[in-house]
Amino acid sequence: MTALSDLLEHWEPVIGLEVHVQLATQSKAFSPSAVKFGAPANSLTDPVVLGMPGSLPSFNRQALVHALRLGVATESKIRARCRFARKHYFYPDLPKGYQISQYDEPLCEDGHLDLILAGEVRRVRLQRIHLEEDAGKNTHVGALSHVDLNRAGVALVEVVSAPEMHSADEAAEFMRALHRLVRWLEISEADMEKGQLRCDANVSVRRRGEDRLGTRTELKNINSFRFVQNAIEHEIVRQVRLLDDGQRIIQETRLWDSERGTSESMRSKETAEDYRYFPDPDLPPLVVDAELMGTILRSLPELPNQRFDRYVKLGLAADDARTLISERALAEYFDAAMKAHPGEQSGRMIANWLLTELLGALNADGKTIEETPMPAERLSEVLRLVEDGTISGKIGKEIFEESYRTGDAPSAIVERRGVQQISDEAALWEIVEQVVSANSRQAEAYASGKDGLFGFFVGQVMKATGGRANPVITSDLLHKRLGR
Amino acid sequence: MSGPTEWMSVTETAEKVASGELTAARIVDNYLARITNVDREIGAYLAVDGDQARKAAAEIDRKRTAKEPLGPLAGVPVALKDTLVTKGLATTAGSKILEGWIPPYDAAVVERLRAAGAIVLGKVNCDEFAMGSSTERSAYKKTKNPWDTSRVPGGSSGGSSAAVAAGLCAASLGTDTGGSIRQPAAFCGCVGLKPTYGRVSRWGVVAFASSLDQVGPLTRTVRDAAVVLEAIAGLDPRDSTSLDVPVPKYTDALTGDVKGLRVGLPHEYFDGTIDDEIRAAIERTKAALVERGAVMVDISLPNTSHALPAYYIVAPAEASSNLARYDGIRFGKAASGAKNLLDLYVRSRGAGFGPEVKRRIMLGTYALRSGYYDAYYKKAQQIRTLIKRDFDTAFQHVDVVLTPTTPTAAFRFGAKATPLDMYLADVFTLACNLAGLPGISVPCGLTVDGLPVGVQLMGRTLDEATLLRTADVIEKAVGLGNRRPGGRS
Repeated sequence: MTALSDLLEHWEPVIGLEVHVQLATQSKAFSPSAVKFGAPANSLTDPVVLGMPGSLPSFNRQALVHALRLGVATESKIRARCRFARKHYFYPDLPKGYQISQYDEPLCEDGHLDLILAGEVRRVRLQRIHLEEDAGKNTHVGALSHVDLNRAGVALVEVVSAPEMHSADEAAEFMRALHRLVRWLEISEADMEKGQLRCDANVSVRRRGEDRLGTRTELKNINSFRFVQNAIEHEIVRQVRLLDDGQRIIQETRLWDSERGTSESMRSKETAEDYRYFPDPDLPPLVVDAELMGTILRSLPELPNQRFDRYVKLGLAADDARTLISERALAEYFDAAMKAHPGEQSGRMIANWLLTELLGALNADGKTIEETPMPAERLSEVLRLVEDGTISGKIGKEIFEESYRTGDAPSAIVERRGVQQISDEAALWEIVEQVVSANSRQAEAYASGKDGLFGFFVGQVMKATGGRANPVITSDLLHKRLGR
Repeated sequence: MSGPTEWMSVTETAEKVASGELTAARIVDNYLARITNVDREIGAYLAVDGDQARKAAAEIDRKRTAKEPLGPLAGVPVALKDTLVTKGLATTAGSKILEGWIPPYDAAVVERLRAAGAIVLGKVNCDEFAMGSSTERSAYKKTKNPWDTSRVPGGSSGGSSAAVAAGLCAASLGTDTGGSIRQPAAFCGCVGLKPTYGRVSRWGVVAFASSLDQVGPLTRTVRDAAVVLEAIAGLDPRDSTSLDVPVPKYTDALTGDVKGLRVGLPHEYFDGTIDDEIRAAIERTKAALVERGAVMVDISLPNTSHALPAYYIVAPAEASSNLARYDGIRFGKAASGAKNLLDLYVRSRGAGFGPEVKRRIMLGTYALRSGYYDAYYKKAQQIRTLIKRDFDTAFQHVDVVLTPTTPTAAFRFGAKATPLDMYLADVFTLACNLAGLPGISVPCGLTVDGLPVGVQLMGRTLDEATLLRTADVIEKAVGLGNRRPGGRS
C-alpha cells in the first residue's frame, strides 16, 4: 500500500489491543452448564446463565488455573488476593444486566509478550489480564433480534496491551503470538472463527516526534489475523486523511466490515458509559496462595519464546526457529528428534528435514504434525544414516519417502534396496579412472578450462554407481584425476 | 371449622404425625379450610397450592404407615414468603414484573424443608422485592395484622408473620435484609429469627441486597424456630457466601438456663424515641431475666447512628444491581408495544416495578456512579466494619445484646407518610444485617390496645444457640402464652 507507507513517513500510529480469550474449561465460569461450540440455541443454560431470580454464581476454579498459567507465562505480577466486580449495562445478551468481571483488582498486571518480528524481538507490555464471563450472542433476523445464551457465562480472560504498537504488522503479530501462547499453554483453543479469540483495537495517530496521543477510535468485529491487519491499516489511513484535511477524529467505536473493506461508526464514545463497577458481593475474594502458584509453575511447559532462544543457540536460522515454535507439537517433534539424534550439527539438519521433507509430505497428505505417520525417532534414523555416510543425502530423501509411506525402518529399506553409499576410495578411484578414460575428449576440454564439465564427470560416476558414490570423495578423486 | 390443629406448634405437629395420632392429611385439610375462611380477611396468601399440599401429605401418611423413616418436620405445613423460589409454583416477589413466572427450580431452603417432610401450603405476601416495612408495598394485595386488622403486619415478611399469627400455617420462612423477619414478628406476636449471614443458603432467594439478605423462620414458639433453623441451615456450594460450618442441634440449646448470662444494653438504642408501652415491656423482660440469674450490662455501640444511612446506601445500591435483570425478556412480564430496545426496557420496568422499588433503584444507581462510588458505597461499607467492631468489642463483655425490636407497635395503614418515615421504623434492626450477626425477635407482652411487643436479641457470629436459649427463657417468662389475635379461633 504505497499510500500507507507514504503516510507513515509523517504520521505514527499508536495501537493498543484488547483481546478476549475463551478459556477451555469443561463448564462455564460461574455455573455448571457445558462449554461447547455449535450447540442448539439456548441448550447450554441453567438458572445462573439465564440470570433467573434467586440464582447465584459459583466460580469454576479451572478458569483461575488457566488464567494463572497465562499470567506466569507473560511474567505478569499476580495478585495474591483479588475480587470480581460487577460491570453494569443493559443488553439482551447480558442476562443479569451486569457482567461479572474484574475492575480495579485484576488478577495479573504488567506482563509482556515478546513478538518475534523480522530480525528482532519486540516486547509489548500487557497492562492487565483479568477474568470475566462472556455474554451471549444477538443475531438480527429481519425486524427481530434472536438471543442465544449458549455463550453467556463462558470463562474468558481479557488481555489488554499497552498502547505500544506502531504498525498493523505488529498488531497482527501480537495476535499471532498470543494465539500461539494460549494454545501452547492448552488454556484455549483460540479459534478465531469460533469466536474463541476476539480482539478490539484502539487506534490513534500522531505526527512523528510528538509525545501527545491523538484521539483514538475503537475497532470491533475483527475476527481473523488478516482482518486485524486490514482493519488497522484502513483506520490509520482514514484518520490521517481526516487530520490532513484539517478535521478532527471523533472518539467512537467503529465496526469493521471485512467484505467491503471499510469500517462504520457504531456509537459515539464521547461520553464513556458508566458501568457502575462495584465488588460482587456474591463472590468471595480470589486467593492465590504459594501452593497454587507452585503447582502452576511446575505444570508449565517450556514456552515458545524460550524455545526460540534455545533453537537459535543451536544454530537454527531465525525463520526456521520461528516456524518450529508456531505450534507446540512441531517444537516437541523437533525436540524428540534432537534427543534421538544429539550432536552439534544436528539442529540445523533436523530442522531442515522436518520443515521441508516432513512438512511437505504432511501437507500433501492434508495431515497435521500430530497425525504424522513418521515419528521423530524414525526421522532421526534417516538422518543418522546420512550423517554417518551410509547413504548420501540424495538417497536419504528417497529412503525418507519410503519410510514415511510404508512405515518400515529406514535401515531395513537401505538394506533391501542396496543403496548404501560407496565411500571406499579404492573402489571409487577405479570408477573415476574408467569414467575419465572413457571420456577423454571431455577430459581434455576440462583441462583446457571448461569448468562446467566437472558436473558431467560427477554425473557419470553417479551413473556408474547407481547414485551411490559418496559425492564428497567422488569430487576429491575427480579433481585429483583430472589434474584440477 | 376449628380443630385442634391450627395453633399447634411445629414440634407438636411433627410429634403427632410421627406417632400417628394425627394424619398429615387431616392437618393439611384443617389448614386449607382455615385459609379459605380466615385469609379472606387477613390476606396473607398470594398463592395456595392445595393439590400439591394434599399430595405431599398423603405421601407422608403413606410413609408413616409403611414405617419408612420420616424427616424431623414430617407433616408440618409451612408458608413461604414469595421471595423464595418454588418449583412449579408461581413466585412473584410481590411484584407485577414477575407476574405469572413459574420457576423451574426450588430454593435451597425449600429443598431442605421438603426433604425434612414439611408440606408447602403456599406463598405468602410481602413488600415488593422485600423492600418495605409494612407489606403495604406489595403489588398484589394488602395483608392485615391479625391482632388489629386496621394495622400493618410489618414487613417485608408481613404475609409470613400474619399467617403464623393467624394460625394459617405452622411456620413460615421469611427473609431479612434490614429487619424484615424480626420487625413483622414483633408486630404480629411471633418469633422471628435472622441467622448469621451465610448460615443459610441464599440459592433461590430472590435477591434484594446480596450482602445483607438472609432466610429465617417465623414461628409461634422459640423451640419451633430452633427446629426449623436446624432443617434449613448449612453449607450449600451453590451459594459462595454460605459458610462451611457444621449445624448444631439448636434444640439442645434450650436448657432454660440463663444464670450468669451477660446481657448488653446499648444506650444508643434506648436513648431515642420509644413508645412507653414498649419500654415497659422491655423492662419487664429485663427483670425476668435478672430474676433467673442473668446480668444486665450497660454498653455502648457508638456507630449506631450511622447504621441507617449506611444501610440506605448499601441496600439500594445492591438492589439496583440485582434488579437489573428484570426486563421481561427471559422471565416475567414484558410490556407490549415497545418501539425499540430502550423502549422495551423502559416500558417493562416502568410498568412492572412499584414506586418504592423504583425509588431504591434510582438511589442505588446514583450511589454507584463513577465518581460517587468512593463517597457513598465504599464509605458505607467501611461503616459496616466499624459497626461490626462495636459489636466485637461489646461481645468481649456480654453474651447477647438486648434492645427493643421496634420503636412502636404495629402502626395503622398509611401511617408512614413519607418513605423516610418508613425507613426510620427499621432503626433497631438494621445493625444486625450490616454486621452479619444473628438476631431474634421474641414476643414479650401486649400493649394496652392488645398489640404485640417484641424484644430483640443480637448475638455473636454463629451463636444462634445463645439467642435461642435466652429467647426461650423470655418466652416462658413474659411471652404471650396462649393468647391469640382477636379472640378468634
